[in-house]
Amino acid sequence: MPVLTTDKGAVWRRRTTGQSLFHWFIWLVGIAIFVVCWQQISEATTWFFVWDAPRIAGDIWSRATPPKWDYIAQLGRPIWDTLNIATLGTIIALFMAIPVAFLAARNTTPSKLFIRPIALFIIVATRSINSLIWALLLIAIIGPGVFAGVIAISIRSVGFCAKLLYEAIEEIQESQVEAITATGASRWQVMAYGIVPQVLPALAGIAVFRWDINIRESTVLGLVGAGGIGLQLSASLNVLAWPQVSLILLVILAAVVLGEWVSAKVRAAII
Amino acid sequence: MLKLKKLVKTYRTGDQALKAIDLEIPAGQVLALIGPSGAGKSTMIRCINRLVEPTSGEVWLAERELTHLGSGALRRARREMGMIFQEYALVERLSVMENVLSGRLGYVGFWRSFLRRYPQSDVDEAFRLLDRVGLVHMADKRADELSGGQRQRVGICRALIQNPKILLVDEPTASLDPKTSRQIMRLICELCAERGLAAIINIHDVALAQRFVQRVVGLRAGAIEFDGPPEGLTPDVLTTIYGEEDWEATIEKAEDEDEIEAAE
Repeated sequence: MPVLTTDKGAVWRRRTTGQSLFHWFIWLVGIAIFVVCWQQISEATTWFFVWDAPRIAGDIWSRATPPKWDYIAQLGRPIWDTLNIATLGTIIALFMAIPVAFLAARNTTPSKLFIRPIALFIIVATRSINSLIWALLLIAIIGPGVFAGVIAISIRSVGFCAKLLYEAIEEIQESQVEAITATGASRWQVMAYGIVPQVLPALAGIAVFRWDINIRESTVLGLVGAGGIGLQLSASLNVLAWPQVSLILLVILAAVVLGEWVSAKVRAAII
Repeated sequence: MLKLKKLVKTYRTGDQALKAIDLEIPAGQVLALIGPSGAGKSTMIRCINRLVEPTSGEVWLAERELTHLGSGALRRARREMGMIFQEYALVERLSVMENVLSGRLGYVGFWRSFLRRYPQSDVDEAFRLLDRVGLVHMADKRADELSGGQRQRVGICRALIQNPKILLVDEPTASLDPKTSRQIMRLICELCAERGLAAIINIHDVALAQRFVQRVVGLRAGAIEFDGPPEGLTPDVLTTIYGEEDWEATIEKAEDEDEIEAAE
């Protein structure tokens, strides 16, 4: 109770004395943990390498510049693959995510007790494994190449898209659904008229947002052999061809900026 | 036409929203349901078309009992009850025309409605109704571009295109200004008279109710406290429904407005 009654009248403070002490104590514990951790990390670090870092970085910088510009002729195809992996992966992910989202949303799930937990499990399971790891698994199963990358990206995106979409479904205005139900519409008609129009902007936003993320993710898939520009990156890194690496990084940057720009435009158009 | 027998609704929290309501509404009668917030007005009309499941009791629409219907039969019964909502409850991102036609969903199959291929007769009727409420030029506008009064007119069209036997109207004027409120109430009552429709209108504004309806039912804490003509709403009656307050002004206002109306 921050309102204290004294003989001079009522006094208001943000916290009572007990709460203040508790706050100080929590801060004290937090700082102590930080200091202990810092010490442990410090002991496990070879500081010689860290002090050396600026010199090494400068060395790599001088080797990597200028980028090997004529190498770009060999990058067109891989960056196109990368964009395709991201785009196809996102589309496939949406096809899988939409039903999962409707099964997971409290207000549309057919069964809160059985089906909703399954849908939530799918969301958590696909989100918890990084796309690189999915790619490694899928390369073992379906062999290296772009297809493995597409599937890895799509599986990884299902949980993300479904989670955001089911949250959007749960936030719809119930009155519009009620009004459609009151006309005698069937379950599917209620869905098509009462719910879908309300979540369509969210769905479009989620799709471009995920596409944007997937462009980034698909650039590294090649590192494990799942196609795209990452393949070139890992090859160049392996032979220490720094001018090629720097060019690849520039191309990736350009692709990401492009993705960012397109998704910003699309989102602005929806809202 | 509509008959409620011992209708009870107890929410899972234990709140008894309706305590054994008995009510009978003949065909063509427009009835205003008044009462304080939380008296169970909304619950009552939602129990009739089972947007809220009643706990016990019976609802008879014409010759059919509604509380035991399976989902298919319930949908067919709902087609006969048009509903109008407080915040209009239009599907905001659909056009005015789509909103009006959504009143026909109970009659049209899924794919036809999904592809917006409604029978021409439905489309004709939609145009007639929009023309009747003066919005035919707005048919292509998106619902969220309309003003409050216009949206409620679209809501009325959506309810009427169902070709209902009764209108269930939940606070039609609560979010409208006084002038628009009166226009909307007048429109609802005129349309009911034209089509011989019965209606239950939940309304907060006692003066507005008195002006337009033939019968007033006062609900308090889930029980009917008053049932009679609008002239029967004396300060004493209003006190039993709402609690102690100076009611003279409310009643006088209604009479004044009548005089102004007459003068106009």
